Amino acid sequence: MPELFQHQQSELAASTVKLPWLTAFNQRGADAFRTAALPTRKTEAWKYTPLTALTRLAPQQCGQPVTYTNPLVAFARIDGLHDHRLVFVNGILDKQHSSASALAAVTLFSEANAEQQALIAQHLGHVAQQSESPNLFTDLNDAALSDGVLLHIRDHQPLLQISWLTTSEAKPFTVFARLLVVLERHAQAAIVEHYGSDLSEQNSVTNAVTEIVINDNAQLQHYRLQTMHSSAQHIGSCHVDLQRDARYHGFHAGFGSTLCRNDLVVHHNQGGSHCQLDGIYVPQHDELIDFHTCIEHRAAHCTSNEVFRGIMNDQAKAVFNGRIHIHPHAQKTLAELSNKNLLLTPGAEIFTKPELEIYADDVKCAHGATVAQLDNKAMFYLQSRGISKADAEVMLSFGFINELIEQLPDEAVRNLLRPMLATRFDRDSSLTHDIG
Amino acid sequence: MISINNLHANVEDKQILKGLNLTINPGEVHAIMGPNGAGKSTLGNVLAGREGYEVTDGSVVFHGQDLLDLEAEERARAGLFLAFQYPVEIPGVSNLEFLKASVDAVRSQQGKEPLDSVQFLKLAREKIKAVNLDQSFLKRGVNEGFSGGEKKRNELMQMMLLEPSLCILDETDSGLDIDALQVVAEGVNAMRDPNRSFIIVTHYQRLLDYIVPDFVHVLANGKIVKSGGKELALELEEKGYGWLENGTGDA
Ligand SMILES: Nc1ncnc2c1ncn2[C@@H]1O[C@H](COP(=O)(O)OP(=O)(O)OP(=O)(O)O)[C@@H](O)[C@H]1O
Ligand SMILES: [Mg+2]
Repeated sequence: MPELFQHQQSELAASTVKLPWLTAFNQRGADAFRTAALPTRKTEAWKYTPLTALTRLAPQQCGQPVTYTNPLVAFARIDGLHDHRLVFVNGILDKQHSSASALAAVTLFSEANAEQQALIAQHLGHVAQQSESPNLFTDLNDAALSDGVLLHIRDHQPLLQISWLTTSEAKPFTVFARLLVVLERHAQAAIVEHYGSDLSEQNSVTNAVTEIVINDNAQLQHYRLQTMHSSAQHIGSCHVDLQRDARYHGFHAGFGSTLCRNDLVVHHNQGGSHCQLDGIYVPQHDELIDFHTCIEHRAAHCTSNEVFRGIMNDQAKAVFNGRIHIHPHAQKTLAELSNKNLLLTPGAEIFTKPELEIYADDVKCAHGATVAQLDNKAMFYLQSRGISKADAEVMLSFGFINELIEQLPDEAVRNLLRPMLATRFDRDSSLTHDIG
Repeated sequence: MISINNLHANVEDKQILKGLNLTINPGEVHAIMGPNGAGKSTLGNVLAGREGYEVTDGSVVFHGQDLLDLEAEERARAGLFLAFQYPVEIPGVSNLEFLKASVDAVRSQQGKEPLDSVQFLKLAREKIKAVNLDQSFLKRGVNEGFSGGEKKRNELMQMMLLEPSLCILDETDSGLDIDALQVVAEGVNAMRDPNRSFIIVTHYQRLLDYIVPDFVHVLANGKIVKSGGKELALELEEKGYGWLENGTGDA
């Protein structure tokens, strides 16, 4: 592992793109990455997620022209969203499978005009760097960045899907995905950030960094879905900057893979902002999924509510670390965190830890992390209707997760996730669509 | 249909049923009345096979087999149905999906093919209409956020879908408005059949005006203390239970 990193560190020097700010940006990332301490088993933030599986980190993106099969495209398609879809395959924008409206809605960094360059320079990297704890993989993404996606919303953006897909290639490779979303005052938007792959064995790792700025009174519905093949690896982070009375609703779904790590950080930088951060994870076989979340309350009168639920099957392992940090001036904060987990087998594991740091006295903060049991009364109810114990267990487990899906405001996303989850839980997916 | 002999049962080491006898023949409707805490719901739960309800003595024979030997789901598949006094809410599990799983399970026991989704949806829509619930209740979570009366109607719908041979209705009439009471009565009456029997647990004589029982029993202190015809319900309405609990009546 260390050798791999050293190799990586030495290869980082040359980046070829001509954006005026990019050289310095890459350089800063490379410097930070070079000097960063590599996570070991003693590093608290990586204690349960060893990076030994990370053997694919390659200095270059795949860079190959892509040929791929229909299943991949089908996989990238969310019913009801066909109109607004942006597809990247192995890190490269696939214009043919992206829709014109989506292409018009976003701007690649490399194609940005002067005003957009200024916007990028103003925010890119800065949202991520608000975080108190350095993130090695964000630095790496900075260092390797050659292009990214800017979504700048002035008024309204209907549900837009951005898919980063991978295919199986001859050599292991890395995809560096970068997304910057800026909502102007009073703007509203809904986006689906989607990581997928074709159905074959994958040999890539995706390193994704998303930065989101939500200005005064603006509102974002954000879905971040990881539905890739279990052999596709992912190390990503998502950083949200909330201004006055801004609203963020994030829904993060992870199906798990041999290595899947997500760092989600929300910064309440101005008063009156609200964040609802929800998520589900359903790893199976020997998959690993890790969510490290952090809510930074830096301003007064903000609320945050976080609900994550996970179901671990087989030998799968999940890590959930939910940090709430209430700074001295963040009076009248209301912060809640709930993490519930179901272990379906004796071999499955969950490491869940709430972490509260509260430095203001007039706040309400509630948290709970549990490893739940299926409800006996509900079990009996199902069995008393002829449903076998095994089926009833599956049904209730599915329900445990599905409860969060049902609350999602976008039907297209519900209809995407339900059958996928149904399949995972061995349910009849034909009954999981919304019926008229 | 079912014969219950000298049934004794404990809940959490407390004896609730204390030698209960009851025999029901095919086609009969039996009403069970009795004071709060007498053990009526306990009887329903014991018959349905709920965990934690421990039978300490006695026997129950249902369609010629030892009922107490069967798991809860096997009892349901054998034709026993309990409409709960307090149906549980199961958020996240859609009513439709639940109903289909249930109907498929019972059908497979009868050697029938599972219905396909389209057939099932048609059937479910028909039944939900019969209990006067909006179609939207099919896609909501099982009983999730349903009002008291809506839960009872959902129970009734399940009964209609599963077509059990023994239906136990535990206070299905409690908390119902007058129209809903009619719906329940019509539902039950429509299902009355020479091969189907009912145990109707109720506190109110009013339901029995609509669903005319063949027998009325009084369950007090863990046993049947008096049995009679439908006039017994009227008598109880007038006199209450006091005169029976003093040992006057004996079944
Ligand atoms: N799980 C339980 N734990 C402890 N006691 C129980 C439990 N279930 C029932 N009981 C007790 O058993 C007794 C009989 O209860 P049951 O619910 O059968 O009465 P009931 O006749 O149905 O009354 P009601 O008319 O109020 O519905 C009551 O005293 C009740 O408190
Ligand atoms: Mg009762």
